[in-house]
Amino acid sequence: MAEIVLDKLTKRYPDGALAVSEVDIQIADGEFIILVGPSGCGKSTMLNMIAGLEDISSGELRIDGKRVNEKAPKDRDIAMVFQSYALYPHMSVRENMAFPLRLAKVDDKIVRQKVDEAAKILDLTHHLDRKPANLSGGQRQRVAMGRAIVRSPKAFLMDEPLSNLDAKLRVQMRTSVSKLQKQLATTTVYVTHDQTEAMTLGDRVVVLRGGKVQQIGSPQFLYDNPANLFVAGFIGSPSMNFLPGTLENGQLSTGLGEVALSDRIRQLAEKADAPREVIAGIRPEHFEDARVLDERTLGGGSTFTATVDVLESMGSDKYAYFTVEGEAATSAELEELAADAGSADVPASGSQLVTRLSAASGAKEGSEVDVWFDADKIQLFDPSNGKNLTYTE
Amino acid sequence: MTQVTPTFIPQDAGKAKSRKETARKARWTVVDVVIVAYALIPVLWTLSLSFKTAEAQTDKSFFPSEWTFQNYKDIFTTNEFIRALINSIGIAIIATVIAVVLGTMAAYAIARLDFPGKQLLVGVSLLIAMFPQVSLVSPLFEMERQLGLFDTWPGLILPYITFALPLAIYTLSAFFREIPWELEKAAKMDGATPAQAFRRVIAPLAAPGVFTTAILVFIFCWNDFLFAISLTSTEASRTVPAALSFFTGASQFEAPTGTISAAAVVITIPIIIFVLFFQRRIVAGLTSGAVKG
Repeated sequence: MAEIVLDKLTKRYPDGALAVSEVDIQIADGEFIILVGPSGCGKSTMLNMIAGLEDISSGELRIDGKRVNEKAPKDRDIAMVFQSYALYPHMSVRENMAFPLRLAKVDDKIVRQKVDEAAKILDLTHHLDRKPANLSGGQRQRVAMGRAIVRSPKAFLMDEPLSNLDAKLRVQMRTSVSKLQKQLATTTVYVTHDQTEAMTLGDRVVVLRGGKVQQIGSPQFLYDNPANLFVAGFIGSPSMNFLPGTLENGQLSTGLGEVALSDRIRQLAEKADAPREVIAGIRPEHFEDARVLDERTLGGGSTFTATVDVLESMGSDKYAYFTVEGEAATSAELEELAADAGSADVPASGSQLVTRLSAASGAKEGSEVDVWFDADKIQLFDPSNGKNLTYTE
Repeated sequence: MTQVTPTFIPQDAGKAKSRKETARKARWTVVDVVIVAYALIPVLWTLSLSFKTAEAQTDKSFFPSEWTFQNYKDIFTTNEFIRALINSIGIAIIATVIAVVLGTMAAYAIARLDFPGKQLLVGVSLLIAMFPQVSLVSPLFEMERQLGLFDTWPGLILPYITFALPLAIYTLSAFFREIPWELEKAAKMDGATPAQAFRRVIAPLAAPGVFTTAILVFIFCWNDFLFAISLTSTEASRTVPAALSFFTGASQFEAPTGTISAAAVVITIPIIIFVLFFQRRIVAGLTSGAVKG
């Protein structure tokens, strides 16, 4: 167990490419921290730097207050779970899990006992004598976890450990990873590109973009108070809707019409010295079918009428997709998010709006529906630098 | 009736299918037999010749009418063949060991590291492999005579290594590329030093590749005739393939067919043993299960 401190950690490759730039993170003892971001954001590089598999160009990495920049991976007492599991194919499950202990020259009896213990926790007792080739994906993943936990290291590093599993198993393993971490209370750094894993697993989430930290905070805080467009667009699924808008006398006009901002938002925008042209962000769940709401709630927002393009009924909710006429919101952050999602090349006239309506909604594909949205939940962003103008600590 | 029909259709279909299957198997069996016969008949013919008496050599019969071990006794009574056998074994083993050790290191570097001139190095080694050996015989002969390497063990070992290395590097780097890079990282994270990681994780996984390469290189050195005949002149370094051509019959009017056949059988045996012994180790797919793939 250990506290890990990243102090202005930087990774510059020989060709000059900056993979990680002056990252400051303090990871408390026993904390479960998630590094999340699109591919190429430097999250895996950061993890490898903590592990000692990549050199640190500048800055300092401290584990339990001691500088470990120059220490070899084996001297850092950190275990890692790889995306590909990296099990030793010529060893049985038992030998795989015992390998770190054997290298540490632990007594045979204790090795046996520890491996049996770990196997019990991970439900691998019946598979101890099998070779990795004869295991299913989920079992291999558990062996990889077992190899990490047997020697009770100071910290666990996990590099997208669930991304090779199929969707159902991933959800299952997600809860068991979370349970295991709580049970062992070992500092854990977990890398993922999946925002659902980030939201559900961590005590705190670090959102990275281009090797720079965008925001650090608890999942709920990041969701409610994204520091900028990038975090707002990355966290949440389906992601936040962004619309270009004009701000005038506390009135916001967007492709959805004019809306009077709530006092709270107006004050925040004034304090942040908001420009005239802004990008408005509204999460899908802050929309609702106007017909299922009472008069009082309707007063707190604005209503528009539009034709439903696509309706996806999830049983518990309905997702309705609309097209908003006019220019789509543009910024460097949003372009990067679109590129990561692979939707940059999808041609679209106007911008698409995703709304989550209650199951009671009578919305039908191709027909018009009155949609209400909550004026107090609108977030405003500065298009020039992506900063959230309605950010509250 | 209507209830019976459906059960008949699948059975009929099954029969037709199994008939097709049998026909397919039969076709393949014929092809296999032809190929095996094509490859083995000359070998068996040589074997048969080696057991025939000198008079029966030209009797055109596949089986010797009278079995004799005389040819084998003859080759082992002359110093010529035993000496050549020692040369062959020594030269081939030394060349194989050196080529495989150097090849392993080179192949590991090519598979794992990015260094300037890597493509050039790979290209040049391929170039050497493609170079017609016969064109090098005269220059090598001159050079070795000048350097005092002519008709010595190193005089053969050196060219063998040169021509075996590209082969070794190519085969081995293919094997190393198969070993996931992450296994080494995992070993490091598990507390292994680089040497431990290589010895306990990489080496066991690369073993089939190393053995395969060793066999290929050994066979190449063992079978070579061109260099053996051109770069040797005495028993000091003449290997078996070259020595065979110096065999003489009982009289000058008699071809030494029997003894040459016997010698050929003898030098084939080590290769067969070598392959049989290591066959178990050359198992493809040993790395499966390391990473999800």
